[in-house]
Amino acid sequence: MTAPGGSGAALVVRGLTKRYPRVLALDSVDWEVRAGEVHALVGENGAGKSTLARIVYGAAAPDGGTLELFGAPYAPRGPRDAVAAGVGLVHQHFMLVDTLTVWQNAVLGREPSRGGWIDGARARRELAEISRRFGLTLDPDARVADLSVGERQRLEIVKVLMRGARLLILDEPTAVLAPAEAEAMYATVGRLAAEGATVIVVTHRLAEVRRHADRATVLRRGAKIDTVDAKATDERELARLVVGRDPAPPRARAAREPGPVVLAVRDAREVRVGGTSRLRGVSLDVRAGEIVGIAGVEGNGQRELMEIVAGLVPFTGDVEIGGESVHRASPRAIRRLGVAHVPEDRLGAGVIPAMNVAENLLLGHEERFARAGTFDRGAIAAHARERIEAFDVRPADPDLALETLSGGNQQKVVLARETEDGPRLLLAAHPTRGVDVGAAESVHAALLAFRDAGGAVLLVSADLSEVRALADRVLVIYDGAIAAEYPRAEADEERLGLAMTGGRA
Amino acid sequence: MTLRSLGAAVLAPAASVAAALLFGALLILAIGESPLVVAEVCAKGVFGTAEGLATILFSATGLMCTGLSVAFAYRAGLFNIGAEGQVLVGAFVATLVALALPAAPALVLVPLCVVAAAIGGAFWGAIPGFLRARLGVHEVINTIMLNFLASALTGYLVVHVLREPGEMIPQTPAIPLAAHLPRLGEWTPLPAQSPANAALLVALAAALALAWILARTPFGFRVRALGLGERAARTAGLPVGATIVGAMAVAGAVAGLAGANEVLGFRYRFLDNFTGGIGFLGIAVALLGRARPGGVVIAALLFGALNAASLEIDLFTDVPREIGFVVQAAILLFVVAGDHVLRRRLAAGREG
Repeated sequence: MTAPGGSGAALVVRGLTKRYPRVLALDSVDWEVRAGEVHALVGENGAGKSTLARIVYGAAAPDGGTLELFGAPYAPRGPRDAVAAGVGLVHQHFMLVDTLTVWQNAVLGREPSRGGWIDGARARRELAEISRRFGLTLDPDARVADLSVGERQRLEIVKVLMRGARLLILDEPTAVLAPAEAEAMYATVGRLAAEGATVIVVTHRLAEVRRHADRATVLRRGAKIDTVDAKATDERELARLVVGRDPAPPRARAAREPGPVVLAVRDAREVRVGGTSRLRGVSLDVRAGEIVGIAGVEGNGQRELMEIVAGLVPFTGDVEIGGESVHRASPRAIRRLGVAHVPEDRLGAGVIPAMNVAENLLLGHEERFARAGTFDRGAIAAHARERIEAFDVRPADPDLALETLSGGNQQKVVLARETEDGPRLLLAAHPTRGVDVGAAESVHAALLAFRDAGGAVLLVSADLSEVRALADRVLVIYDGAIAAEYPRAEADEERLGLAMTGGRA
Repeated sequence: MTLRSLGAAVLAPAASVAAALLFGALLILAIGESPLVVAEVCAKGVFGTAEGLATILFSATGLMCTGLSVAFAYRAGLFNIGAEGQVLVGAFVATLVALALPAAPALVLVPLCVVAAAIGGAFWGAIPGFLRARLGVHEVINTIMLNFLASALTGYLVVHVLREPGEMIPQTPAIPLAAHLPRLGEWTPLPAQSPANAALLVALAAALALAWILARTPFGFRVRALGLGERAARTAGLPVGATIVGAMAVAGAVAGLAGANEVLGFRYRFLDNFTGGIGFLGIAVALLGRARPGGVVIAALLFGALNAASLEIDLFTDVPREIGFVVQAAILLFVVAGDHVLRRRLAAGREG
């Protein structure tokens, strides 16, 4: 197996082991990244990708094994050491100060100074030099708040390069990008490699691996499975390596005539005190027995849409659930109308990490388990066991703190709780984000089963293939309004991608 | 409870207390006195005598109430700085009820006055709860403001409306005998004159009740859910506003019991601004007790002992009594700092 790129190794990892309580995150991993290559690191959530990246970046210390960077022994004691040694990490979630300008962000933390003042001229010069060399165009005086997501990511890469990084780690770089922006991002990555930088891309999007990486290393449950030539390996083969078996075939879905309208949204905008609303008047219907998918680049109003329907933020316009207007209704009142909500921010809004599984299953149902004001603990435990079994939560222990579960199992707990009272409308935001493939399949199965039983689902997802796999109708949200609507059969990636970025199909 | 969390719950506070005592000893050395002598004085005077024990118990009773008050609100994610005011209002309402019913028998009047103290405190706690839940005004600001209001209001009423005739001291007339909480010395070997009284039993019962509420009732569950994940609680449709008001009312009620301890058990009248910072010390007690009822009881006893020791030190050594407050403050600092260190280490151990 040879691959294009430079010669020699940028990074050599031998016998790397990292243990966390309960899990072996990395199990004696040997890994080599060649200088000047684009190397994809793929695997399911929890496979060890992030741990490996964090160790290389000095943010976690290994329990065993050695690293070598550009031929020299390398044992960073913190990110500072890593940066000094030429390693840069571009986080999945941007670390930028919105109120500062591009150049100010670029030098934040290591501002060039002259006589105690920030040397802005020099900072701009350095920024311009990096921009030119790597083809990363940015307006140095633009405020970060005004940048698009793609531009922000470009700035993150520039930041890392300005700190002298020769080995760049990009953590899920396309998670928040529209298809076109992702293309541009990978063009930049190619340019970086051509200029001699080594790029490690941590990703779970296998289609990108084949198109943009030179080689790919697959991790599964903390062990390295293989390093393959990315161009010579097809997606299916890669998927098999990642999952360890053939991926399940898409679930057959019953054709279903949608029933009456369950959710009607008319010209809705959220009310934002002292700011402009993200939504610019959204109207949509969701009927019983159908899944309506909202496709869109993150930040175009999906979150606000879900929040107004869930009663979490006030709005203007009208939202009707089962024919009843829910203006000024509390989340509690809305739930009483038969609405369930799988929120976007699982750890912050979906579950209470410090409570145990049984308690998380109890949230919102607590009154049902009280007799004369006192909890019936036997009934609570039995209920927890029943839900855990029905949704195959692992480990199947109701007393475990929720935070010790994997993302996928946490999500199963949320679904188990939310589908409990036989709701008629389910709001599901990014239901499989941070969820491993196996659990994602069961989440999808649960959503489809809910639909088949006559439930209405409003699904928001940044993952186009998820929307396409599940939705009976796809609405594209762009800049706070519904930009296009496609029936299931016509919702192909190209059309959606174009509409998501404001184009017309 | 895992071994780890047990360590966090018990070992860390114990280590903080030990470190603070050591710090106090060094301080005594630094001013040229002998920590051993001080320790001996405390051992003999405070822990060695029934009189000393009674002082501890009386001091601990009030701290238990305010500590439980702060702790309960804290479990709901609320910072109750207002125990001071809730104590005042509770004490004042209890006094009013006692003065209004001079002929009532003890069997009726005592429970009635205790309940009145709790209701007064609950009312004063529910106000900031309501302001927080309805208008989003932060409870820290609210409760502080209501402390001033409670102090000014009760002060005005005591000075201008209810002052004991012919008396210079701003205090109400004495409450009827039938409203007195019995002193512990009446049925235990503790000295009959010492102020420790049956309010201690009320405080202990309150601790038990709060522990039970938190663990075994839907309301307690909501309180904990709110404290550990407000957004998740809101999203899951819990009645957030009602829970906030309820938690603050319960917190205020328990603080009000400290007023019962003072008025019904010790002073037998309302004295203007008698609290002496007991509400604020309750914050320290709640922190040291990790906001758990059982922990608060232990922490209150410890702080009560330090208060008693301060008196003893002042009387029988050349060390200023402030040393006791310094040790209390040091405990607090060590607990807070130690907590931070511990949490970071736990987080580092769990990450991934």
